[in-house]
Amino acid sequence: MSVPNTWRLQQQRYRLMGEVCDRCKTKIFPPRDVCPECEAPAKTQFALSGRGEVYSYSTVYNAPAGFEDATPYTVALVRLEEGPLVTAQLTDVSAEEVEIGMPVEMVTRRLRADGAEGIISYGYKFRPVQFSPAI
Amino acid sequence: MRDVAIIGIGQTQVDEHWELGLCQLALQALQAAMADAGVEWVDALYVGNMLSGELTGQEHLGALIADFAGLRGIEALRLEAAGASGAAALRMGYLAVGGGWADIALVVGVEKMTDAAPPDAEAALMAGADADHEAAHGLSFAALNALLMRRYMHQFGYQAQDFGGFPINAHANAMNNPCAMFHIPLKLESYARARMIAPPVNLMDSAAIGDGAAAAVLVPTEWAQRFSQPVVRIAASAVGTDSVALHDRRDPLLLEGVALSARRAYEQVGIAPDEIDFFELYDSFSITAAMSLEAAGFCQLGMGARMALDGEITLQGRLPISTMGGLKGRGNPGGATGVYQIVEAVQQLRGQAGPNQVPDARWGMTQSIGGSGGTAITHILERVNS
Repeated sequence: MSVPNTWRLQQQRYRLMGEVCDRCKTKIFPPRDVCPECEAPAKTQFALSGRGEVYSYSTVYNAPAGFEDATPYTVALVRLEEGPLVTAQLTDVSAEEVEIGMPVEMVTRRLRADGAEGIISYGYKFRPVQFSPAI
Repeated sequence: MRDVAIIGIGQTQVDEHWELGLCQLALQALQAAMADAGVEWVDALYVGNMLSGELTGQEHLGALIADFAGLRGIEALRLEAAGASGAAALRMGYLAVGGGWADIALVVGVEKMTDAAPPDAEAALMAGADADHEAAHGLSFAALNALLMRRYMHQFGYQAQDFGGFPINAHANAMNNPCAMFHIPLKLESYARARMIAPPVNLMDSAAIGDGAAAAVLVPTEWAQRFSQPVVRIAASAVGTDSVALHDRRDPLLLEGVALSARRAYEQVGIAPDEIDFFELYDSFSITAAMSLEAAGFCQLGMGARMALDGEITLQGRLPISTMGGLKGRGNPGGATGVYQIVEAVQQLRGQAGPNQVPDARWGMTQSIGGSGGTAITHILERVNS
C-alpha cells in the first residue's frame, strides 16, 4: 500500500469508475484500457451502477497479513448488472445469510489500515440490497 | 531445434527445513541431479523460484546459486511465473539445449516458504494474483479457490464431500514417496471432518506449503545414451496464459490457459489425451485438480470431480494423477513444485517409481499453474527405449 497507488485507484475504488468500449460497447471493470472482448482501445470512462448479484462467495478464516484483525470476513465475486464480475468483500450480512444470486449493492468501506500511522485505504464492498420503502 | 532429454534428477524432501537456507536447499537438489547424470559441469543454470524476494529478502538467484554451487561464471538466470516458476525454468532449459545455446543445462526449482509467519506467506502468495483488485480486498488463495469450488458445486450439482477423492489419492500415493511432506493416509471420514479454511474449501482440499528444491539435467537426446540413466525425452513444452484475476475471465470455471497449454502440447507430439499414461497435475486445491482434468481434455466440463468419485485417478484407474503424492501429499514448495513434477514423471518413465509404478508408462504429462490460472505450463515426457 503506497500513497501514489491509493491515489491512482481512487476513481475505481470510490466510484466504481470503469470503462466502456467505443467499438463493441462492452462495459469494463476494473479499467484495463483495452477491451477484453474485441481488443479495441477502451479509455472512455463509465461509472458502474454498483448493483449486481452474488456469483460466488466464501469466508476467510486464515487471512493474509494486513487482514488478520478482520477475520472472519466474507468475500465474493459479484456479477454487476452491466456485465463485469468484481472481487470484493461483502458487508452488513452474516456468512450464513449469503447465497448465490443474492442481490447486492456497492458501498464504500475501509479496506485495510497500514498500522497505526500508515494510510487507511477505502474502497468498494457490497451489501444486500436494502429494502427501500415507497415514498 | 534439437530433441532434448533429461539425464539426471534430484530432490530434497519437502518439509519445514529451518536448518537450511535457499542456497543449501538448491545445492542438495542440484548436486543430486548432477551425480545422477554423472556430470561435473554444466553450461547454464535456470532457477525456478517464486517468492525469495517477498519471503527472504533475496533476489538475483541465478548468479547466487551458480556461485554457491561452484559454477561461477556460467549463464545463470531465475524464472518467475508464480506457481509455474519451476516449469518455466524447465522450459528455459529446454529452449536453451534445444536451440543449441547450451549442451548441458541444469534446472533447479527452489523455495523457502516456512521462514515466514503464515499470514506473511499467505500475503506473499497473493503477489501471484491481482494485487490491486484481489489481494487488496483481503482474498487469500484458499478464498479464490473457494469462489471457484462454490460456483462449480452450484453449477454442476456436487457436494463438498464429493471432492475427497483428490486428497485421499494424493495422500495414498505420498506414502511411498520418501521425499513427500506427508506420510499420513487420509480417510473419507477425516476429510469430511476437516476444518474449513475458506468454505467450501477445507484444510484437506488445500496443499500445504513447504520448503524444498528439485533439479534436472538436460542434454540433447542424441547424446543421452552416453549417460548411465534410462533416457526420458521432453516431447512437448507449452505455455498458455489467461487473465491473472478470476473476475476478468470470460467464464471463471474454464481454465483457458490450461486448455491452451495442454492443446499446444498435444499438438507438438501429435497425440490425444487418452494416450497419456499418467498426469502430474497442479492439485494445489481439490477444485484445481477437477478443473485441470476438464481443461486438459480428460473429461467433459463438470465431470472432473466425477473422475475422482469414480476412482479413475488412482494408480489403478484410467488416468493416474499425483502418482508420487502431488502437491497435496508431497507438499507445495511454490516455485520448486514444477521441477518436482518433472522429477516424479522421470521416475515413472524410468521405471523407478517403486510401489507407485504405473506399468509400462510411455507418455507422462506434467502441468503447473501460476496463480489461479494466469499461467499454465505443460510438459509431455516420453520414455526412450534403448
